[in-house]
Amino acid sequence: MFASENGLKGDPRLEAISEAIRVVPHFPKPGIMFQDITTLLLNPKAFKHTIDIFVDRYRLMDISVVAGVEARGFMFGPPIALAIGAKFVPLRKPRKLPGEVISECYELEYGTDCLEMHIGAVEPGERALIIDDLVATGGTLSAAIRLLERVEAEVVECACVIGLPEVKGKFKLCGKPLYVLVEPRQLEDGLRSKLENGSLRETDRFI
Amino acid sequence: MSACNGDDPRLRHIKTTIGVVPNFPKPGIMFQDITTLLLDPKAFKDTIDLFVERYKSKNISVVAGIEARGFIFGPPIALAIGAKFVPLRKPRKLPGQVISEEYELEYGRDCLEMHVGAVKPGEHALVVDDLVATGGTLCAAMNLLERAGAEVVECACVIELPDLKGRERLKGKPLYILVEAH
Repeated sequence: MFASENGLKGDPRLEAISEAIRVVPHFPKPGIMFQDITTLLLNPKAFKHTIDIFVDRYRLMDISVVAGVEARGFMFGPPIALAIGAKFVPLRKPRKLPGEVISECYELEYGTDCLEMHIGAVEPGERALIIDDLVATGGTLSAAIRLLERVEAEVVECACVIGLPEVKGKFKLCGKPLYVLVEPRQLEDGLRSKLENGSLRETDRFI
Repeated sequence: MSACNGDDPRLRHIKTTIGVVPNFPKPGIMFQDITTLLLDPKAFKDTIDLFVERYKSKNISVVAGIEARGFIFGPPIALAIGAKFVPLRKPRKLPGQVISEEYELEYGRDCLEMHVGAVKPGEHALVVDDLVATGGTLCAAMNLLERAGAEVVECACVIELPDLKGRERLKGKPLYILVEAH
């Protein structure tokens, strides 16, 4: 569910957030128009708006755990956790977390990957929010949901800054509500034609 | 300069929330685990507050965080002091044009990257990571920022392993830490 469909239609903060995101064509491989949130992080106002919108939504939902997906979920999750008084739990790639972990694997386009969470980080019955920068197929978020459910937490919602077209019209992911701030940014017309005729330079694309 | 206010009750509590995991990632290493600090909302808030209190009037416009645990502490500091956050990442993670700085590991070398254009010449920068050991990674981070023309004001970490003398690898720049671990 997009924020604009859920009470924030016309909110100027959403436009500011969208405009602060940079599109990088053909990364990490040809054909992918990568949604780069690092430019959002370079814009203190837009970054603050992003966090504020999530905090406003979640602070009265009795959430005790914010779980962030490595690595870009680590940039959005902690500020939200701090503001709502929840703990922050990092969900990490294999072999990064020390000590005992549980592991969930998920499918990539080619192959599989895994997410791990510390045993004991989350107690049964805790209400959890899952955060990542972007949701595409939902594979990673689904693995995150499974990790939290395996320790009997209740996943209240999954939240992302950007939602790719696959999730448009979807209100849920694996039965859990999904909340997204903005749609993917398109390359501006002027830059798109440069891309097509091969004259797009790296320096064109930095906001 | 290390953590001031050694008697600050917040520091004592923060220290109790840091876990030690023996023999991780390999035998002989006593791993300082900050994930248990993150599970304690008061300790996590106090950690950020201590850094924010120190840096809010220092005219810092860039907080650079080292992947990945620097991404957990850096952004809350950046947001509170109104600075931008710049992620310093392992190779091939950042899209677009980057500059790259190699540094030495115990065995072999690794690399840290920063986006071209993220930092402007003359900006005042803070480097943040969860822990400083030998100082190699922090030094690489400082080099990236200085190559972009920024001035590194200080490096800030939650934990220092003083026996590894990382403080001496910071090209004369100050290091601020909250907790020492031996």
